[in-house]
Amino acid sequence: MKALRNYLDKIKPNFLEGGKLHWAHSTFDAIETFLYVPNSTSKSGVHIHDARDSKRTMIVVVLALIPALLVGMYNVGLQHYLAIGQAEAVDGLAKFLYGLLAVLPQIVVAYGVGLGIEFVVAQVKKEEVAEGFLVSGILIPMIMPIDTPLWMLALATAFAVVFAKEVFGGTGYNIFNVALIARAFLFFSYPSKMSGDQVWVRTADTFGVGGGTVVDGYSGATPLSQLVTADSGNFADFTFTGVTGQPLSIIEMFIGLIPGSIGETSLAAILLGALILIVTGVASWKIMFSIFAGGFATVAVINLFAANLVMEMPAYYHFLLGGFAFGAVFMATDPVTAARTETGKWIYGLLIGFLAIVIRVFNPGFPEGMMLAILFMNAFAPLIDLYIVDANIKRRMKRGIAAKTLTNGGKGNE
Amino acid sequence: MAERIKIKKGLQIPLLGHAEETLRGTITSEFVKICPEDYQGITPKPAVKPGDVVKAGSPLFYDKNHIEMLFASPVSGEVVAVDRGEKRRILNITVKADMVNQYVDFGKKKVTSLSADEVKAAIIEAGIWWIIKQRPYDIVANPEKTPRDIFVTGFNSAPLAPSFDYILNGQEDDLQAGFDALAKLTTGKVYLGISPDIINKGLRYAKGVEVTEFIGVHPVGNVGVQINKLKPVNIGETVWTLSALDVVIIGHLFNKGIVDMTRTVALTGSEVKKTGYYKMLIGTELTSIFENNVTEGISLRYISGNVLTGRKIEKNGVLRAYDSQITVIPEGDDVHELIGWASLSPNRYSASNMYLRLKKAYRMDARILGGPRGIIVSNEYDKVFPMDIFPEQLIKATIAFNIDKMEALGIYEVAPEDFALCEFVDTSKLEIQRIIRAGLDLLRKEVE
Repeated sequence: MKALRNYLDKIKPNFLEGGKLHWAHSTFDAIETFLYVPNSTSKSGVHIHDARDSKRTMIVVVLALIPALLVGMYNVGLQHYLAIGQAEAVDGLAKFLYGLLAVLPQIVVAYGVGLGIEFVVAQVKKEEVAEGFLVSGILIPMIMPIDTPLWMLALATAFAVVFAKEVFGGTGYNIFNVALIARAFLFFSYPSKMSGDQVWVRTADTFGVGGGTVVDGYSGATPLSQLVTADSGNFADFTFTGVTGQPLSIIEMFIGLIPGSIGETSLAAILLGALILIVTGVASWKIMFSIFAGGFATVAVINLFAANLVMEMPAYYHFLLGGFAFGAVFMATDPVTAARTETGKWIYGLLIGFLAIVIRVFNPGFPEGMMLAILFMNAFAPLIDLYIVDANIKRRMKRGIAAKTLTNGGKGNE
Repeated sequence: MAERIKIKKGLQIPLLGHAEETLRGTITSEFVKICPEDYQGITPKPAVKPGDVVKAGSPLFYDKNHIEMLFASPVSGEVVAVDRGEKRRILNITVKADMVNQYVDFGKKKVTSLSADEVKAAIIEAGIWWIIKQRPYDIVANPEKTPRDIFVTGFNSAPLAPSFDYILNGQEDDLQAGFDALAKLTTGKVYLGISPDIINKGLRYAKGVEVTEFIGVHPVGNVGVQINKLKPVNIGETVWTLSALDVVIIGHLFNKGIVDMTRTVALTGSEVKKTGYYKMLIGTELTSIFENNVTEGISLRYISGNVLTGRKIEKNGVLRAYDSQITVIPEGDDVHELIGWASLSPNRYSASNMYLRLKKAYRMDARILGGPRGIIVSNEYDKVFPMDIFPEQLIKATIAFNIDKMEALGIYEVAPEDFALCEFVDTSKLEIQRIIRAGLDLLRKEVE
């Protein structure tokens, strides 16, 4: 380890001002601070600092995403082998490996494109590379259908990083959630590749692994779209079906063995991630809780006036299916784009829950309302904060006027 | 029975190196240095030149904008140097100390029989007006104004802070005389904040002041927090603030007729072998208390004051004007920690739950432990900022120097020290105290 430190110290001068590799200074700095805690000490103000930094914070979020990612990978394999009728024939590990092979290129592409842009921008701005994309880079593949072409993923990532983040000033200054912008970009630019029943299950082989032909009766529709396209009837009589038409149990939905975006299907893994985020204090439990509360209340009201299947669906199905839980736990809690005041977080969360359900239920064109609900509320978060902070300002002004009146002997402001 | 106010927000950083409550002796040094940069909001002009002979209480310099405001020498002797830095700013004034301290005799006075103007004139003449600070701006108080109220904090809650009970023991008479003097200076009240631990009778049963007990963790001892809970500063109002330790110096002036700037100083910090208390004058060189008494072989940081608001000094540095504490911690610039962001080390302390939180005292060094970033995490400052103010919004307004917003969000109520804990916990590693200080100075220039 000493050798590594010595090597870094040896090559460091090349990257400093005037060195011949100065154009790569940000990259060197990012790698050096990734390997070693910087030994720079405080020059003004406090002499000691909390051990928490931006790197630690982002790593905790990535860690919280890992369970959903792993289950998602297994599920990609499972759905694939179900579709080609070999689910019985291959073991769990093979399914997971297939999923790994399918998902890994997406993660590599997202990180490669996003971090590439971040490094260049940091160098141009002469700043340190911000860690925000460590999270966005893993989020982006997780909210995409597995069959999203890599070039689309690269394009969406580049668009999101440049136009949703860097133009505003980088991590900490963006208005909209970067990963959701990437998804929204594809959703509106290439709708056929982002919805329907062809994109959620990979039926072809991946790098030559898992070849086969699709079984008869195969349908790749997600449970939510099945519901929207179903003929009218009672929700009690309706059954969600898997890719081969087999009925899906609530347990399967909870574990996440259903067609859907890679990271969004497993409520169990998402809740585990939520636990990590809440215990470490990285994400706001208030936002998560209020989204579920807002969603629950909205569904309860809609159930009363139910006129079709979707309106009849009870709240827990809404939480089990689609991106509701994933959005509530990992997307809406992004502190930069969420409300920043504590009271504001309650309002922000409640409205996301409300909007997501309303879009889901009343707009059959968008079975997935969560993305739009969060983006919409991202735009309104500053407004919510403005009102909360304004209350404090008004209180202060009132106090000042009251004090003045008092010193004037109750004669008021003259 | 004092009124009680409970404060929930804040953070007691479990730092290693509390001072043992033992008096280890009196420290003197050949040279005594006064650094005008300690006094905020003044423009120092020297009142002496090298070769002049001064007594304890004679002015060394004065404020250019209030020429009556003098700054007394703590020691008698011969002025040997007036060091200047950029733009001829005075860095420090050095006095070669006499063997026995000679005091200027200002005459004993009975405070209760003096008028407000007489009290004020006596403190100013003695060169210790700097003891009184004011809000807004957290600067040496403007003597031309009459404050709405005066706030005194009777304890210090900062990490490893000295015990006021211990220091003030036996100084109750001076303390009460000081309070009597302060009571003359305001048409409002003198408020004194104490902690539940305080047993000193001079504090707990102080007469002529309104005593309030503050329960909680740091920054509960900060006078700014106490003001905010008792009677916040409104736009256009001025209040004065000081520490009970400084009230004693004022009381001593009236009781004994001399300026005695002797401090009982706690030597604290993880790198001190034998902690304890020392008596010394403000401006005394500290080399002798560090000699053979600090960890050897590693790079160290010496601080006059505490780890949150203190000033970095050299090993041969001096005790700064407002401080009653010296802290020594590792500098940490010789440490290269591998992959720190994944560290599970029990030696890393965080106020968040992102690291294991052990019930132990931590040895912390001066590393920043991260790089500067935009503000990302929310509700981080709020947790350690117990005032009815939105810290993040105020910091942002100050960075942008949006005067209207700064005023609306409460800039007149705060001092940089109130943001020290925000700066400590900050994931984005911003220099918040410097930002607030710069904002206050710029604001004063614009508004006054």
